[in-house]
Amino acid sequence: MNAPISTPTTARALSFVRGETLPQMPPPDDVRLSLSRRVARTYFGTPANAAITIGCILVLVWLLPPLLNWALLKATWTGNATTCREAGGACWSFIREKFLFSVFGLYPFELRWRPGLVLALFAGMVAISVQQRFWSGKLIYAWIAALAVMWGLMGGQVLGIPVPGLDPVPTRLWGGWLVTIFLAVFGAALAYPIGIVLALGRRSQRPFVRLVCVCWIEFIRGVPLISLLFIATFIVPLFMPTGVELDRLIRAQIAFIMFAAAYMAEVFRGGLQAIPKGQYEGADSIGLNYSQKMRLIVLPQALKITIPAQVNTFIGMFKDTTLVLIIGIFDFFTPSLKG
Amino acid sequence: MTDRPFESRPQPAVPFWNDPAKRGIVLQFGLATFLLFVIWTAWTNMLDNMSARGLVFGWDYLSRPANFAIGESLIPFSAQDTYGRALAVGIINTIRIAVVGIFVTTILGIALGVMRLSSNPLLARLVSGYIEVVRNTPLLLQLFLWYAIINSLPGPRQAVHFGPGMYLSNRGMKVPWVEWSPALWPMIWALVAGIIGTIIASHMLARRREATGGAPPLLPIAAGLILGLPFLASAAQGFPATLSIPVLQGFNFSGGIELSPEFAALLAGLVLYTAAFVAEIVRGGIQSVFKGQWEAARSLGLSSGQLMRLVILPQALRVIIPPLTSQYLNLTKNSSLAVAIGYPDLVHISNTTMNQTGRAVEAILVFASIYLTISLLTSAFMNWYNARVAIMER
Repeated sequence: MNAPISTPTTARALSFVRGETLPQMPPPDDVRLSLSRRVARTYFGTPANAAITIGCILVLVWLLPPLLNWALLKATWTGNATTCREAGGACWSFIREKFLFSVFGLYPFELRWRPGLVLALFAGMVAISVQQRFWSGKLIYAWIAALAVMWGLMGGQVLGIPVPGLDPVPTRLWGGWLVTIFLAVFGAALAYPIGIVLALGRRSQRPFVRLVCVCWIEFIRGVPLISLLFIATFIVPLFMPTGVELDRLIRAQIAFIMFAAAYMAEVFRGGLQAIPKGQYEGADSIGLNYSQKMRLIVLPQALKITIPAQVNTFIGMFKDTTLVLIIGIFDFFTPSLKG
Repeated sequence: MTDRPFESRPQPAVPFWNDPAKRGIVLQFGLATFLLFVIWTAWTNMLDNMSARGLVFGWDYLSRPANFAIGESLIPFSAQDTYGRALAVGIINTIRIAVVGIFVTTILGIALGVMRLSSNPLLARLVSGYIEVVRNTPLLLQLFLWYAIINSLPGPRQAVHFGPGMYLSNRGMKVPWVEWSPALWPMIWALVAGIIGTIIASHMLARRREATGGAPPLLPIAAGLILGLPFLASAAQGFPATLSIPVLQGFNFSGGIELSPEFAALLAGLVLYTAAFVAEIVRGGIQSVFKGQWEAARSLGLSSGQLMRLVILPQALRVIIPPLTSQYLNLTKNSSLAVAIGYPDLVHISNTTMNQTGRAVEAILVFASIYLTISLLTSAFMNWYNARVAIMER
């Protein structure tokens, strides 16, 4: 039985065994096509595919020339509003002219070094904070100190105490990129811990805690961000005792934090639910208490698996900072509307 | 001593702060007290502050004349009407943009999602480029862009003509519309009857298919009921419906239905923005169905239509529906950005009311609770639907 079957004798005995080698076959059609054949097949393989390709090309032919004409050929690169209007195309000189305005907003011209310094300080702090070797409790104090310095530089006063040598600048003159970055970064940074607390509260075993967290999250997620900003602008001042005033920018910032925290809480809740029950039970069985269980076992895993969703929420929040325009705070694209 | 049962040993007394149940009660009581204190303080402060400005909390302003005109309204409204009626106009306008927007977004979003999965790289890349640009720029910016584009269109006399009776100009968009007459009621009832009949027929057919393994296809029956019944009703009356087609008269159009520039800009902005998100959800849902399901369906000899309808979509829908719900809600909530381009929606009218009467608390309370109601109702409905399509586990 183990005799080699390729010998002519066995081939005669077992008639279905081929005795000679077949000539080499060409490779299958779609493996080694010439570039032109491959393109033809990818774009015009079937009638439907050809129709799709032609449709796409028609759309491009219809859209691109007017767009390029507007953006490049008829555009104005240098000049003022009159030359722009005559050319009838895009007005890029306007962007260059208003660039500094879009960074600093209405901030007094001769004092612009102050927000510039704040931006530099902020960038430095962020650069330090993203490096793991600086992560310690001291970083929090450093941020608090940096915030006080930034606030002092921007406003010329910290919580009503004037900074010697600096003119006070009211927050209604702050604007541009500064406001966008402040709102987004501090919104995100503070929404993170609040979101965790809300998510844990929503999964708490204490019914009243759960009720409060559910109502809080569902209320904020159920109304548009505009209504929160309206509440911060018009209603919150009424809640304050007479004589106490909270700055408008800070109120908007708080509304932002609340808004982002509710959305973050739902992201974290998804993460908490995705952790297998065995992890919770394992933590219980080795005698960890609630805060140890969450801090050491559950949250590190839950936060890690929700990172993509967290990034999405933060991107959404950054885009939403444009809404402060509606309640009259100027962010970075406001200058382009004034044009 | 050793023969005493384990249970009856004296337990060491647990101090109440180490007893989870008692600690929970104390903690929740503390939280409740704190919240009540905050709310009470805020409320009394608010009443004090309002009375200092000569205001009293109340709803009497709703029955006072509004004294402002509203650009577009589905119910008759004049400046002599009350704030309450103005609010109703705002609610209707918000619901109008939300319903039309959700409808168009669903169709466009599904189409874009399927197109992004196309095997034709040109189409897939074009669509994915569009989706990435639109998803990553702020909606408010896009709304301003569409509003600016519509305002820079030529006037009615040089309007862009892009279909029979459809004109786009800086006065908005004009499309043909059925002229209203009471003779249309039988047609509407016939349509309703057709839809109800289709639902009943689909249930009966499903039962028959389960019992016998074969049943006539639903589609011709549904088409006959939904299209045929209104046609018969209309034919029985001698076709009373007349189509009103926009015609250029003097400096503007007459006839047809007009979508104001604000409505058109808001609709375009909301639909194009949300559809990009819906497209990604649809793509994710279709891709989440395992390859084996496609291959198994093909090996059973299902046509590509049956493959989608019977195998892929029922499984993809489970993944698609929860995030789709939140996109519908986002669209509804984002329609509040209408205030920035002047479409008279709920927020816009509340804002005007607020500025005229100073009733900030009441006006914001009203519109926030209306949005909250819409949101909660929508999520309740979608949760119900989701529970129906969810996978049945033992």
